[in-house]
Amino acid sequence: MIKPEKTPILSQKGQIAMPYTWWVGNAGSRFLAALRDDARIIGNSCEECGKVFVPPRKNCGYCYRELTKWVELGNEGTVIAHTVVHFSFSLHPCRTPFAYALIKLDGADVGFMHVVRDHPERLSNNVRVKAIFRDRALRIGHILDIETFEII
Amino acid sequence: MPGSVAIVGVGQTDHRSHRPDVNGREMIYEAVQRALLDCELSINHIDAIIIGNMDHFESINYVDTWSVEGSGAIMKPIMKVSTGGTTGASVAIAAYYHVASGLFDRVLAIGWEKNSESDTTGAIITCSDPVWDRFSYSGAIPSLATEASAYMNQYGVTQEDAARVTVRDRGNAVNNPHAHLRKPVSIHEVLASPMLAYPIKLLDICPRSDGAAAVIFASDGIAQRITPRPAWIKACSVRHTYTWFGDVDYKQGLVSLQRASAEAYLRAGIKSPADELDVAELYLPYSYAGLKWIEDLGFCARGEGAGFVEDGHTDIAGKIPVNPSGGVLSANCIGATALLRVGEAALQVMGKAGPRQIPDVKQALATGFGGCFWSDVLILGSGRP
Repeated sequence: MIKPEKTPILSQKGQIAMPYTWWVGNAGSRFLAALRDDARIIGNSCEECGKVFVPPRKNCGYCYRELTKWVELGNEGTVIAHTVVHFSFSLHPCRTPFAYALIKLDGADVGFMHVVRDHPERLSNNVRVKAIFRDRALRIGHILDIETFEII
Repeated sequence: MPGSVAIVGVGQTDHRSHRPDVNGREMIYEAVQRALLDCELSINHIDAIIIGNMDHFESINYVDTWSVEGSGAIMKPIMKVSTGGTTGASVAIAAYYHVASGLFDRVLAIGWEKNSESDTTGAIITCSDPVWDRFSYSGAIPSLATEASAYMNQYGVTQEDAARVTVRDRGNAVNNPHAHLRKPVSIHEVLASPMLAYPIKLLDICPRSDGAAAVIFASDGIAQRITPRPAWIKACSVRHTYTWFGDVDYKQGLVSLQRASAEAYLRAGIKSPADELDVAELYLPYSYAGLKWIEDLGFCARGEGAGFVEDGHTDIAGKIPVNPSGGVLSANCIGATALLRVGEAALQVMGKAGPRQIPDVKQALATGFGGCFWSDVLILGSGRP
């Protein structure tokens, strides 16, 4: 029996489970372990251009050479740019409203992306903020071991 | 009229099952630095970059953008090329096109993969059509197993015949310091390894590796100044076929490889490949391919692959040595795998293959395989075309 031309169109649903395990690598692991164990933020710097990177990485993308010099950075910094988020989405790190902020940590030459959970309405560029860490027992070596940045 | 193009530098990581010490772009950095060191260039000399890997394997959407710190592409043109298993050959051929066009003098091709970061079978089945093939016939091993059983039935080939291909490649890998698996295996060990999908057993199929490869292409006039013995591209050819798995006629041989190699031989002026080629680095992802596909490449007649291998013609001292590097059965960082074939063939032509060097290579063949039975073929030579 041939179905008529006006047969209702069908669709199919499907889902593929794809769990990932990304290797952080040596440079990134030192950074995350410092968050977890010491509640400190560390970076590394290029001996050619002098730029201080955070998070630290294996090589300077600009000078294309290995980064071997490590530096401890302050846990405070200045907001360079920000946005207050009002829409909900499952991958947001916290409930709305909150702010995503680009923060120039003291001693670093590149911005550090993180969140400001509380009083996002009080945020403005050039405001000083400070990293607030989760309790030691809850820190696992993850970028969100820093729970939030708080307006000083 | 395309300009002449040569490979002048080759770099690769030491391939492993896991590389926890580096993330993807740091691993890419390692291979690129080795390639630059090989030809004494700096990243500043590179005009453009082509990069490739398997979609979904690391869950990174814009690999060209994401990778720049490792690839050295900051403020340079870079593009991603991804064609499944053939990716590595596609980035090589795209780099060749860039230089041959006359628009770029030094182009870097990169292939990489972090197989350890995901479930690669889950990732690879996304190549199958979601409505027609994915839920009724899926995964790399079953499709190759179907090809193998059809071939065995057609020519009376045995599992032992195929095991000889694994034994050859894994034996050769002992001479390659970059290979992932460097322990030789016996025919008995291959036959006794666990059955995955008949007739493919664990030791008939390639491993999953973390690794990266980088190959530098340069234009005529510049290549000779970079290295005294560049590996010239004499021909490259690409054939993609249908993506409906059911449309593949297994009894016709690997048609895409027959067509691609026939075109490449014609361009390179090769009439009797087994006699005129000095070495072949073939993308053989499983042992049975080492019997069937050498027929499609014209090394021997149809149905004679098993005898040709058993008689030692593809051994290091044979008529046409195949995979002195140990091949795909000894290291398979997929996005890099076909580029490694090209890079290894270039090293042979340049006389820089170290302990795995075949003496006096003037002409070398490299192949890529992927997707739904697609093939890429490159012929490299010591003489400027």
